[in-house]
Amino acid sequence: MTFAPSGADAGVELFTAFARALHHAGVRVSGDRTQCFLRAVVHTGAGDRAAVYWSGRGTLCSSPDDIVVYDALFSAWFDDHGPLPRARGPAARTIQQVALDPPDGAGEQADEQLVRTVASAQEVLRHRDVAGMSPAERRHLAALFARLQATPPTRRSMRRRAHHRGEVDARRTLRDQLRRAGEPGPLRRRARRPRARRVVLLVDVSGSMEPYADALLRLGHVMTRCMPAVEVFTVGTRLTRVTQALRTRDVEVALLAASAAVPDWSGGTRLGEVLRAFVDRWGQRGTARGAVVVIASDGWERGDPRMLGEQVARLQRLSHAVVWMNPHRGKAGYEPVQGGMAAALPHLDAFVSGHSLAAFGRLLEVVSDA
Amino acid sequence: MSAPAGLAEQQGLGSAADVTRRLRETGYLADAGLATITYLALVMQRPLLLEGEPGTGKTALAEALAELVGVPLIRLQCYEGIDATQALYDWDFTGQILHLRTVEAVGGTTDAEALEESLYDDRFLLDRPILRALRTSPAVLLVDEIDRADDEFEAFLLEVLSTHQVTIPEYGVVSAVVPPIVVLTSNRTRELHDALKRRCLYHWIEHPGLTREIEIVRSRLPEISQRLAEQVTTAVQRIRHDDDMLKPPGIAETLDWARALQALGRDELDLETAGATLGAVLKYREDTDRVRDSLERMLAG
Repeated sequence: MTFAPSGADAGVELFTAFARALHHAGVRVSGDRTQCFLRAVVHTGAGDRAAVYWSGRGTLCSSPDDIVVYDALFSAWFDDHGPLPRARGPAARTIQQVALDPPDGAGEQADEQLVRTVASAQEVLRHRDVAGMSPAERRHLAALFARLQATPPTRRSMRRRAHHRGEVDARRTLRDQLRRAGEPGPLRRRARRPRARRVVLLVDVSGSMEPYADALLRLGHVMTRCMPAVEVFTVGTRLTRVTQALRTRDVEVALLAASAAVPDWSGGTRLGEVLRAFVDRWGQRGTARGAVVVIASDGWERGDPRMLGEQVARLQRLSHAVVWMNPHRGKAGYEPVQGGMAAALPHLDAFVSGHSLAAFGRLLEVVSDA
Repeated sequence: MSAPAGLAEQQGLGSAADVTRRLRETGYLADAGLATITYLALVMQRPLLLEGEPGTGKTALAEALAELVGVPLIRLQCYEGIDATQALYDWDFTGQILHLRTVEAVGGTTDAEALEESLYDDRFLLDRPILRALRTSPAVLLVDEIDRADDEFEAFLLEVLSTHQVTIPEYGVVSAVVPPIVVLTSNRTRELHDALKRRCLYHWIEHPGLTREIEIVRSRLPEISQRLAEQVTTAVQRIRHDDDMLKPPGIAETLDWARALQALGRDELDLETAGATLGAVLKYREDTDRVRDSLERMLAG
């Protein structure tokens, strides 16, 4: 059965309500998209489930992430309620039936809660075990991290680009003039093109850092998503590269892949040795050269602290800046007196806290300004 | 509804199934989703925005569409820094100057206004892809890799796509008699602006399943054996689904590989040949190393 989009048909209501539910589920569906969806359904036929599915996907979605939400909602909306199209209760009631938002409320409510948490959160990242979290909590955490903005640090490159001010670009000016058969014209200018610096994040996953490891990997995921050149390693009793795992867009999948790759979760720390392995195998060969290196660790060192100091010093000579993020630093009365921390301190460009989301935000600022 | 009968009706395309069938005739195998979206783009006269991994057949769809409808394909390859003079139109300044000098030399007209008018004539107007698409209507306009262009270019494209016309100050308004079929492709190296996406129908092209990909290889390269097609496709699919690949191979790579083996005169994929021709599929050294180690497993079965 088909219908006209102008007709006050049950089908129109059903599809409009679906589009609105999709909007509530987080896909940016505007009025004109809904209209476009209805028109598309008219063309493809409202009785055909596959046709409605593809029409909606083409008109209401605009990224692969939208498609995931759309798929879930589509089957919740159309499969549980018999054949298509069928008149049902008022749209407003049906919207609340969609089990996509956290049970504690959809839309504004969740937003409010989010704002409250961000405002008061100091210790929000502690003792969060991903495995033990409910889907609602996970979404909440994901939403918190989605607020983090990471801009890559930049360096001046040798290449130049056309720019409205800067030195005169003689070649382009002349070539333009040639195209005009010698008639003079405006001067063309050029300036150096800024390029993103590489950022290297070394996450300590030893036992003492366990409560923060998940949050730090999430931070790594945020960086990987927002910056063009990021390398993430985990450091414990051995060095593991997790960059590849974190490149997955879906944060949960990325974290699972990263955890699977790391063999030494919650083990001991041989920070100095592992740092040496990093500098030897990766850093010196180019990964750390000119990069901003962030070490996220509490500085508890089981081995010789002198070794750690030496390696941090090497790293600092190689890289553009070394930033140490210590989750304990944000606590009242903290002094960097642990052997490892004290040894590393003289060689750091910045020493920041890392116990809350706000601290993560500040770290990202420090990194992008480095 | 819109006044001019769409190209879809002229072509007798009444449903998505028709589109699938006609695309198949051109050698492009579309799944139900892509066919539906393409059909909608034709009947609703909306631009079609295709996103997906490189090598999934985004550009090929535009080529197939042009062949299906029987109109020219006009391609605009985007790149960083592309601007209106490269996408839309430009004046042939050298030509204009020469024209002036010639008029001067022969001691021609004294009517300044007429002379000026003769400068902004059709013959000095260099039409770039978008203007050409509007003037040659009907046509298929392919805006390839829009994610490479800058934001400003997107805004400008938006204007053209919504009105199907271009205003040239010295010349007048150029509008398409029949709006062109517009296909935009993006590799998603950056997010496009929402305003542009809203005007388009969106489709994310997935890599095809095994059977479909074998079918694609067979239809594109009818001269290779069924067995080779199956072997190559199975191997590529295994490589593609290995999560650690820096750059998973697309259909284009599958076809390249099959062609390479054909050029070597093989009708079976053995370990040695596969190792030697791996460069057709994998373009990163890390990937090649990884696959070479497990090549035996990849080729098994």
